[in-house]
Amino acid sequence: MNQAKNPKTILVVDDDADYLTQQQVQLEAAGYRVLTAEGEKQAEAVLAEKSFDLAVVDLMMENQDGGFTLCYHIKKKSASIPVIVVSGVVSETGLEFDAATEEERSWIKADAFLAKPVRFEQLLKEVKRLLKESS
Amino acid sequence: MESIRCLVVDDEPGMRLSVARALRDYTLRLPDLDEEVRFQVDQAETAEEGLEKIAQSPPDILLLDLKLPGMSGLEALERISESQPDLLVVMITAYASIETAVTATKRGAFDFLAKPFTPKELKDKLRKTTEHLTLSRRARQLAAEKRQVRFQFISVLAHELKAPLGAIEGYLNILSDRTLGNDLTAYDPLVGRSLTRIAGMWKMIADLTDLTRIESGQKTREFAQIDLREIAQAALDTVLPEASNRTITLNLHRDEALLVTADRSEMEIVLNNLITNAVKYNKDGGRVDVHLADSGDEVTLQVSDTGIGMTREEAEKLFKEFVRIKNSKTMNILGSGLGLSIVKKITAMYDGTVSVESKPDEGSTFTVRLKKHSEPASEGNES
Repeated sequence: MNQAKNPKTILVVDDDADYLTQQQVQLEAAGYRVLTAEGEKQAEAVLAEKSFDLAVVDLMMENQDGGFTLCYHIKKKSASIPVIVVSGVVSETGLEFDAATEEERSWIKADAFLAKPVRFEQLLKEVKRLLKESS
Repeated sequence: MESIRCLVVDDEPGMRLSVARALRDYTLRLPDLDEEVRFQVDQAETAEEGLEKIAQSPPDILLLDLKLPGMSGLEALERISESQPDLLVVMITAYASIETAVTATKRGAFDFLAKPFTPKELKDKLRKTTEHLTLSRRARQLAAEKRQVRFQFISVLAHELKAPLGAIEGYLNILSDRTLGNDLTAYDPLVGRSLTRIAGMWKMIADLTDLTRIESGQKTREFAQIDLREIAQAALDTVLPEASNRTITLNLHRDEALLVTADRSEMEIVLNNLITNAVKYNKDGGRVDVHLADSGDEVTLQVSDTGIGMTREEAEKLFKEFVRIKNSKTMNILGSGLGLSIVKKITAMYDGTVSVESKPDEGSTFTVRLKKHSEPASEGNES
C-alpha cells in the first residue's frame, strides 16, 4: 500500500500452500504484486511466461534440490533478478544451514538466505534491501 | 556363524593347552537360538597378564583359575566385574569350597568348572555360558532397535506437528497485525485454512491414539461375531457428505451380511481408513466401490477408487508410518500419514494382508484379506 504506483512483482515459490498464501497476503499488503507457484514445475512455467523483479524460493520442494535448479534458471534468465532462498533445513534436520552450505552458497547464486520459519518483517527487510528500496 | 572369544587364565600350561585343543575345531550348535558358534582361544599365565589382555581387547568369555601366583583369581574377578560387567566369567577351581563359590558368585562369576575336567564338561559349561551370552546380546540389540525406532517416530512426529502449527501461527500473525485491514470478513479464508489444519491435527492425534492402543496391547480386544457389511455401510455413511459435495458416488457391492469373528473397533478402523482415503484421494465426479467377499476361511475387503492413483515406487512406501505421497496432486489433501500403517498393523494381527494396486491418474484398489475366525493372540508373546 506504500507504493501504489508501479508496484514491483515478486514470485514466491513454496510447496506449502499455507506458507504461500501467507507470503502472498503479507507481500500484497506491503504493496507488492505477487505471483505464486506451488512447486518447481509451476515456477518454471511462470518463469517462461511472466516477468518479475524478485523471487523468494523454498529449497525443499518435491525434488530435494528443486530450489537450487530453479535459482539457477532464474539467474540464467536474468542475472539481475534478486533471489531469496528460504529453507526449512535448519528446523527440519537441525543442521546448521550457514556453515554446512557455505560452499553451496557460492554456486547457488542466491542473494539472500533465510531459515524457516521466516518472520515476515525479516523477509520484507531483505526484499526492500534487494530491490534497493528504503525501508 | 558367530565367533566367541575365550580367554583362559591359568598358570598350568597343560590346562591352557587342553582348553585350546578341546575348542580348536569345535562348533557349538544352539538350535533353539538358531545359532552356530566357534571359539577363538587366547591364553594368559597370570591374573596380571589376563587383566592386561582384557583391557586391550575384552573377550566374550573368561575362564579364570581361582588359584594363581601373584594376584588371585578372586581379586582379578573383582576388578573385572567393575571394569567389564558384561564379561561372562567361569571360575576354574580345584578346591571348590562353598565359601569360595559364594564369594565368587557375589563378585560376579557366572559359573564354575571343577578341576580336572573332561573336554565334554568344558563344552557343556561353554554351551550354557554361550546361550546366556547370545540371549543377553539379542535382548540388548532388540532394546536398542526399539529405542531407535521410538526416537525416529518421535522426531518425525515432532515435524508433522510443527507443520500445521507453523501454518496456524502464520495466519494468526496476519490476523493480529490486521494485515488485511479491519474488515473481519477479509480474514475468512485464512481462518478457514487454520481450522482445516487444526482438524488435521485432531485427526493425527486420533490416529496416534489408535496406534498406541494397538501397539501397547492395553486395549482389551473384544472378539465377537460382527457384520463387516454393516461396518462398511457405516463408514460409507460417514463420508457421504464430502462425497456428495464432490459428486463422488459410493457403491457397496454386497447385500447380505458378511460375518467374521473379530474386534469391532479394529474392523471399523480398517474400513474407515480405506473408505475415507478412497474419497479423499479421488477426483471430483469419481466413484468408490467397496467389494466384500467370502471365500471359505477368508474374507476379502476391496476398496477401489477412480482417484489420483500412484506409481509403483510410491505404493511400495505407502504402508510405513508417516509416509505421505507428496506431489502436486496430494498437496492440498490433509492426512496424518498414519492411517495405512495402522491398517497394516491390524490386518497383521488377524494373520491377514493388505495390498494395493494402483495406476497414476486412474485410481487405486486396496485389498485386505483376513481370516474369518480369529482368536485373540495369547498375551505376552511380545515381551
